[in-house]
Amino acid sequence: MSLSIWLGSLEQGLLWGAMVLGVYMTFRVLDYPDLTVDGAFTLGAAVTAQYILLGNNPWQAVLGAMICGALAGLITGLLHTGLRVAPLLSGILTMIALYSINLRIMGQANLSLLREQTIFTQVRDITLLGPWGPVLLGLMVVIVVVGLLYFFLQTELGMSVRATGDNEQMIRSLGVNTSTMKLVGLAIGNALVALSGSLVAQYQGFADIGMGIGMIIAGLASVIIGEALVGNHTLFRALLAVIVGSIVYRTVISLVLQLGMPATDLKLLTSLIVVVALAFPLVRQRLGFRSLRLRGEQVAETGQCAQDLSSRRG
Amino acid sequence: MLKLDNVHKIFHPGGVNEKVALRGVTLHVRPGDVVTIIGSNGAGKSTLLNVVAGVYEVDTGKVILDNQDITRWPEHIRAAHIGRVFQDPLRGTAASMTIEENLALALRRGRPRRLRRGITQAERQLFKERLALLGLGLEDRLTTRVGLLSGGQRQALTVLMATIATPKILLLDEHTAALDPRTAATVLELTERIIARHRLTTLMVTHNLAQALHTGNRTVMMHEGRIILDLYGPEREKTTVADLLKMFEQASGNAFTYDRVLLSGS
Ligand SMILES: Nc1ncnc2c1ncn2[C@@H]1O[C@H](COP(=O)(O)OP(=O)(O)O)[C@@H](O)[C@H]1O
Ligand SMILES: [Mg+2]
Repeated sequence: MSLSIWLGSLEQGLLWGAMVLGVYMTFRVLDYPDLTVDGAFTLGAAVTAQYILLGNNPWQAVLGAMICGALAGLITGLLHTGLRVAPLLSGILTMIALYSINLRIMGQANLSLLREQTIFTQVRDITLLGPWGPVLLGLMVVIVVVGLLYFFLQTELGMSVRATGDNEQMIRSLGVNTSTMKLVGLAIGNALVALSGSLVAQYQGFADIGMGIGMIIAGLASVIIGEALVGNHTLFRALLAVIVGSIVYRTVISLVLQLGMPATDLKLLTSLIVVVALAFPLVRQRLGFRSLRLRGEQVAETGQCAQDLSSRRG
Repeated sequence: MLKLDNVHKIFHPGGVNEKVALRGVTLHVRPGDVVTIIGSNGAGKSTLLNVVAGVYEVDTGKVILDNQDITRWPEHIRAAHIGRVFQDPLRGTAASMTIEENLALALRRGRPRRLRRGITQAERQLFKERLALLGLGLEDRLTTRVGLLSGGQRQALTVLMATIATPKILLLDEHTAALDPRTAATVLELTERIIARHRLTTLMVTHNLAQALHTGNRTVMMHEGRIILDLYGPEREKTTVADLLKMFEQASGNAFTYDRVLLSGS
């Protein structure tokens, strides 16, 4: 493999890494199987593309994308906490709605940014950096985001979000409104996903209505790979694992493409990676994706949940 | 301190699964009272604690804590005043978080969670001191994940967590029942120590009748959603486990003796 391909994998791993951090935040930290991700990723790209095409600063576009992503997460959260829609369904509802919204934002299925100023055209123009510009920019963004997340998760608020994902009943008995914590977690998670969508749109030079399809599974595959390689014994390692997982995942994808696998089969491959990983009970246990447990285990849990709810109202 | 006034709680009302869990429970707990609660399975003991904690809303009746009517307060608001320990050691702690993180979460019970540092250095010192009192060596393992601790260690930690921000009332629901006898004795002993130290008003559910008479200053027996016996003072001192057993049998026998126990008891 040539340097440019390695470099490309690294760039992609970092830029999509923000999305993986978002998936980590919802699935892992909050233990919420949030399917908003597919829609929020495209939302970030759509908002960014349209905003830049209107002649605005690309960094402002990044910020706008994150705010929109956070709103999408909030809507999913409100469907669940307010209307008591099951977590999986709440995400699906938002994701589907976002498809129409994204089309409306873009006005068409595809928007090109080829002749526009993006955050990448700015660094590519710096000759001193040579081909390393995008990687350094991606690295910078990832370091800032991981750093902020690392500190956030150790604040009172961040610790309460983590505890909500770990043991909801316990943290409620300690006086925390777990509905609010879920809203906070989902907003942050989807803001990160939209950030990634924004970065990727600017990197590729276009936004496409289908670019978010399968993001969740790619995110899960990355988290699983990362935790298997780096572990998650401390908060810092867990966050590092997310980024390493993202880079390794993108490298694997580049490799199989190099080996001649048609790009259209990639989603099949990604799903298989996750299925195989989850097929090992040990992996499932170690990784602790409680929301991804076997169906039987899940049904038992939702049954219990429904009982709790009905008795509350009863 | 705590007043329950004619509290009723029905699960799945009107449905085929309808279950009356509390049928008119009235209980006045004085400040500093340590009340042990006994009764057969399904008597409504856990439901009673859950109603105090706000996990379930009552259907009729009132819950008054420290002269405040908290009947309609949601659980997370009441939590400011209530410390809880459950039977299952896994339920009271966050396994993926460290000992100090769990304690820090508990120390902020009932306070708003802001974007401030989650644990301060001064708090670490406090945690070390309090953990040392447990005598389990946990004071040197602040950054150990709670999931790595044994059931007894986790339950001892939960007791500490429930009391580290002094609650107005402490609710213990068979909190030693899932532990082996020796560990159970240790956890009960340190629970009593903490209760005495902070003079905590306490409701403690137990299935161990000797323990019920031994611990605290008052014993309440529940049956089919009612309080059928309320013992304190000299009358309680005279009561033996055999007496309790007899009353227990009478209660679960026919309705006539049931009424008699009800009258003689209260
Ligand atoms: N969440 C619930 N939903 C339906 N029924 C319940 C629920 N919790 C308790 N019950 C029922 O209420 C009754 C009292 O239960 P509980 O308070 O747990 O008894 P105890 O703790 O004394 O063993 C039981 O018949 C139980 O089946
Ligand atoms: Mg019980």
